Amino acid sequence: MSERKVATARRRLFATTRYHAIGLFISLLFVAPIAWSALVSFKPSAEAARPPLPPWPVEGLSTQSYENLAKYGVGIWTYAGNSLTVAAATVVVTVIISLLAGYGFSRFKFPLKNVLFVLIISTVMIPFQSILTPLFLILTRLGLQNTLPGIVLIYVTLHLPFSIFMMRNAFDAVPKEIEDAARVDGASVFLMLRRVMLPLVLPGVATVAIFAFLASWNEFLAALILLTDQKKYTLPVMMAAVRSGQFGTIDWGAVQSGVMLMMAPCLALFLLLQRYYIRGLTAGAVK
Amino acid sequence: MTAQATLPFPSAGRRGARLRRKQLAGLLFVAPAVLLVAVFFLVPLGMAFWMSLHNWPLLGRPRFIGLDNYLNLMSDQRFWNAMRFTLYYTVVVTIAIFAVAFPLALFAEKARPMIKVYRTAIFLPVVVGFGSASLLWAWLMNVDVGLFSPLALKLGLTEKPVNLLARFDTTFWSIIVMVVWKTAGFNMIILLTGLQGISSEVQEAARIDGASSWQRFRRITLPLMRRTIALALILSVAGSVLAFDQFYIIADGGPQNSTITAVYWIFSQSFVSFRLGYGAAMSMVLLAILVTISVVQLRLLRTPEGV
Repeated sequence: MSERKVATARRRLFATTRYHAIGLFISLLFVAPIAWSALVSFKPSAEAARPPLPPWPVEGLSTQSYENLAKYGVGIWTYAGNSLTVAAATVVVTVIISLLAGYGFSRFKFPLKNVLFVLIISTVMIPFQSILTPLFLILTRLGLQNTLPGIVLIYVTLHLPFSIFMMRNAFDAVPKEIEDAARVDGASVFLMLRRVMLPLVLPGVATVAIFAFLASWNEFLAALILLTDQKKYTLPVMMAAVRSGQFGTIDWGAVQSGVMLMMAPCLALFLLLQRYYIRGLTAGAVK
Repeated sequence: MTAQATLPFPSAGRRGARLRRKQLAGLLFVAPAVLLVAVFFLVPLGMAFWMSLHNWPLLGRPRFIGLDNYLNLMSDQRFWNAMRFTLYYTVVVTIAIFAVAFPLALFAEKARPMIKVYRTAIFLPVVVGFGSASLLWAWLMNVDVGLFSPLALKLGLTEKPVNLLARFDTTFWSIIVMVVWKTAGFNMIILLTGLQGISSEVQEAARIDGASSWQRFRRITLPLMRRTIALALILSVAGSVLAFDQFYIIADGGPQNSTITAVYWIFSQSFVSFRLGYGAAMSMVLLAILVTISVVQLRLLRTPEGV
């Protein structure tokens, strides 16, 4: 090898090393708090009540923090169950309603179609925080204040603009010929939607479902206001109470186990379905 | 779908009936969505305005008081403090997020080995909730059992434990760091799509013409990124104006009520003091600000020049 070639190779090696060093360092910065909290949640209580240096458990692994967490209020599994129920119901209802609406807006002509579409989409401009007071009163009037179905309806409504936008785009992308072929074969409107269209728009459904799940699982303010009975609390509301010491002195180990319980489904869902998440992000934000 | 069969269309011929039936089907498909948006968005929006014209306690009769709530707002020092703080926070956090996210996007742009792993790591905090992130950072910031104060002691940076939550500036900047940590990945992805939208031929042509990498950045990348940058900034402004979770969970508005945001103040007036009408009036002011931002956003994104 000539000297010049050696020099180029060396420079390239240096550049690669520097790139990975920077990459690893940045990645560490972003992942460290999560990892740190995870490690603390597996320390014995006494150790979790001390500063987390070193971050890993030195007195052995323990699920004590999780056991302590389980005892708060009416039991953490009730709260986790509330959160899961709310999130699952929000996903199902959002998917069904936005699937129907997306199909309607994409494939049918009817009076006021564009007005209604713009009306729904433009609600993204209005922050739900500004209508919380009347929402509280409306839910009370409907007998849905302080109920899980009530909060599900609010969450579904919040997700509709994004979800309908996604689903309409998904249906728009399906060639008309496919439908025509099915129609010639005599498929009814509903059969067509279920058998022919649904499989083709599944990626859109996945995106809508992920966003609905993450947002409703993590939502805090509306749940804090609308769920007043302690038994109805979702995890974020419950954990805020644990953190503020409403259940006695603050057990920081238990708080970290709660953080893990809240984060785990989000992280898992994202890592498994990244593609659909990023697709929704770029479609929703950039277009 | 039984309803459509029983609906009479006396004047329509066979073709007309089919057409109307199809129209009706379309309406039925969108009806649930329209209904939900009407009941849980449009009605409350109208109500919020109506309520803002009333003295509206939680219990007892609302009393119409016209614009009094708005007039009272004018002289409510705590409302303006919350507004001023929200504005200050919005400006600082938006700049901070951008200052971190843009270099990250430049770093993560090229397809290189491991790049997907690095991107994913940077993005992870985005998918955890603000609630979880706030709880996590409340612990990190805790003076006794957290990380920062004991770490600073151990490294010899301070001699006494530092209670970050005891002072406004340390609380504020810690929360800024937390929000940057939590949202930089989101902004990185937005900016990344913008960067990847710039054709590599343009960059290549400039390189051949002898433009240095700084010149290419200044003269090609930045101008072509204007719309994307505007979008990232506007999204982060809109999000920050509505900040609540982190200030409620980490600092509870403290120290000395110095970190109370607009939404926090609306929350506390409406649902702690139960001055629902007054809270609604504040909501309307906040809404006006947000709609203004959205309109500016649409304008900026529509004009070809961008920012």
